[in-house]
Amino acid sequence: MSFFKHESIEINAGLLIALTMVVISIGGLVEIVPLFYIKDTIEKVEGVRPYSPLELRGRDIYQREGCYLCHSQMIRPFRDEMLRYGHYSLAAESQYDHPFQWGSKRTGPDLARVGGKYSNEWHVAHMINPRDVVPESIMPSYPWLMENELQYADVADRMRALKKAGVPYSETREEYQANVEKFGQEAADKLNILAAEQYLVAEAQAGNFDGDRSRLTEMDALVAYLQVLGTMVDFSQYEEGHFVEFR
Amino acid sequence: MAQSAAVGTQQQYNYAIIKKFSIMALVWGVLGMAAGLYAALELAYPFLNFNIPEITFGRLRPVHTTLVIFGFGGSALFATSYYVVQRTCQARLYGEGLANFTFWGWQLSVGLGALSYMFGITQSREYAEFEWPIDILITLTWVAYFWVYVQTLRARSQPHIYVANWFYISFILATAILHIFNNLAIPVNLFSLKSYSLFSGVQDAMTQWWYGHNAVGFFLTAAFLGMMYYFVPKQAGRPVYSYRLSIIHFWALAFLYMWVGAHHLHWTALPDWTSTLAATFSVMLLLPSWGGMINGIMTLSGAWHKLRTDPIMLFMITALSFYGMSTFEGPLMSLKSVNALSHYTDWTIGHVHSGALGWVALISFGSLYHMVPRLYDTKLWSLRLVYAHFFLATIGIVLYITAMWVAGIGQGLLLRAFDDQFGTLAYTFIETVTFLHKPYVVRALGGAFFVSGIVLMAINIAMTIRQAKVEQAAIEAKIASKMARA
Repeated sequence: MSFFKHESIEINAGLLIALTMVVISIGGLVEIVPLFYIKDTIEKVEGVRPYSPLELRGRDIYQREGCYLCHSQMIRPFRDEMLRYGHYSLAAESQYDHPFQWGSKRTGPDLARVGGKYSNEWHVAHMINPRDVVPESIMPSYPWLMENELQYADVADRMRALKKAGVPYSETREEYQANVEKFGQEAADKLNILAAEQYLVAEAQAGNFDGDRSRLTEMDALVAYLQVLGTMVDFSQYEEGHFVEFR
Repeated sequence: MAQSAAVGTQQQYNYAIIKKFSIMALVWGVLGMAAGLYAALELAYPFLNFNIPEITFGRLRPVHTTLVIFGFGGSALFATSYYVVQRTCQARLYGEGLANFTFWGWQLSVGLGALSYMFGITQSREYAEFEWPIDILITLTWVAYFWVYVQTLRARSQPHIYVANWFYISFILATAILHIFNNLAIPVNLFSLKSYSLFSGVQDAMTQWWYGHNAVGFFLTAAFLGMMYYFVPKQAGRPVYSYRLSIIHFWALAFLYMWVGAHHLHWTALPDWTSTLAATFSVMLLLPSWGGMINGIMTLSGAWHKLRTDPIMLFMITALSFYGMSTFEGPLMSLKSVNALSHYTDWTIGHVHSGALGWVALISFGSLYHMVPRLYDTKLWSLRLVYAHFFLATIGIVLYITAMWVAGIGQGLLLRAFDDQFGTLAYTFIETVTFLHKPYVVRALGGAFFVSGIVLMAINIAMTIRQAKVEQAAIEAKIASKMARA
């Protein structure tokens, strides 16, 4: 008998299916599973916290409008990107991003560190009509963000869903305390599901992101989200080259 | 299954389901490519967004990708796989009702998906934007598809499973695995259409691009290779060039593809070991890809003259040529140094379209032109229209991909240009956007060519079906008058 005849697979549907399953499973198993177990995959870094309820709703709108199709949130370790956008993105910075929004195309610039770069007023004007502030822009206008009231009745449910996926939003006293220790009092308050709605309204009032305190609009949420992007890690705390060992 | 010799292929096989899928492939093809053309025009002329939320670029782009990949490509795959499995197994398709369920389940998923994106309901995962209720419907449809396919295989009256079926089977299995793992998500509540993916950040990115690239690898490649392995030899009237090559390239392709997804994440926060592994396998993947191309093209050896007289053969051989070209370009772009320039630019978009238009669409067009007349037991209404379609499509692709090379490489170079004297950035981002305008206009023009091609095809197929009905009616009338005289 010669060792093996391929014909035996060609005449047996069950064997063909079983072997195909084996062959197509290996690549994914080898590349994906270790990412959950190798500790260095996500850098140890201070300051990264889950999104506040208002920022979370802003992020939902960012997804709804398909912003990720033209804007990346992933700065690569190149000289031109550092000059243009800032320090390259860390895995830690998107550790609470369900789903990730790294993007795959830059028809517009990267947004990973857009937070704090422009004023709220600039963002509002830019969203209503991008060409008012950047004449050559080809971005669509989003005037409805200013018109639509922000829906936030289910924000607690949203946070609970994310909690199930592993985001440390708190519901109990112990979880809240753990957040105080991990993120500090101020951040822990933002992550409290039980007070999510009140906190969302308070944050929008205090931040006045859309420039109109009388209404809570989708613009409030989106601008709040954009303004926090890339601002959580204070890179001045770390020596240059500190993050290279994690790559 | 006992079949009397008198029973024709029309009765022996379930052609009704294939006809339905073929027609829907064209319907989604026209709609999806038109949506793509409109999205391309929005990038060239942003006023076309008209401040209408439902049609802004960010919402329309997933409509385009979903309709062309899953609507057009998916329906063409269902149609051809049901045809191929019946013809090569010489067995009728299993499960009348179950097969019909795959039709309605699939069409509903595609239609509802496209509508849902226009209303802002999306998972925001590229090519997997369907929210969780549609994902469940797709899963059910896919399980039914697998079952119909395997049961038909098991009922074959041939001992051998023909090579085309291996590719279709691997596509069905791989798509099931990819779909399930990439769509693991937690709904906000049972009455909400919104869900959050189970994974986050780097793991989520890896899962998504493992899915994303294998949607290309299995949905848009392996399955269409299955199509190629049946329709190219049939149309050429020659056997497959090398059976041994088909065995080697099948297993190599199935094994290697699953490793390469991370080349979409070069230089990101994904660990280097993963992306290096992906780049290595991407380069290796060139071999089975070209094995398939060579096997397809060389099938025509001894029958090259057919290219002069047979426009369907032109579609198929050109498709294989584009397959060879884009599977060379892919490994090139997966090299980290090349990717540093090409990633995030329109070069990627051009690469996708040389594969999607050049390979996937052209091989589908060729196969449908071959199959539809046989389903209806007639001839194509117009071969000249097929020629016209071929040239419109080919010119369209060439315009499209050259415009995207200019746009992508150009933007990549501008973004990394520095001032010689001061070492500062030579261009602002918006200057590179201005540069994109002309290539974007040319790209839209290429798209317009391609869309007009498929519109011609839709007309040609519609007239072919009409002609078949007229012929059928004439035969029936003849029989009836003979019966009356007798």
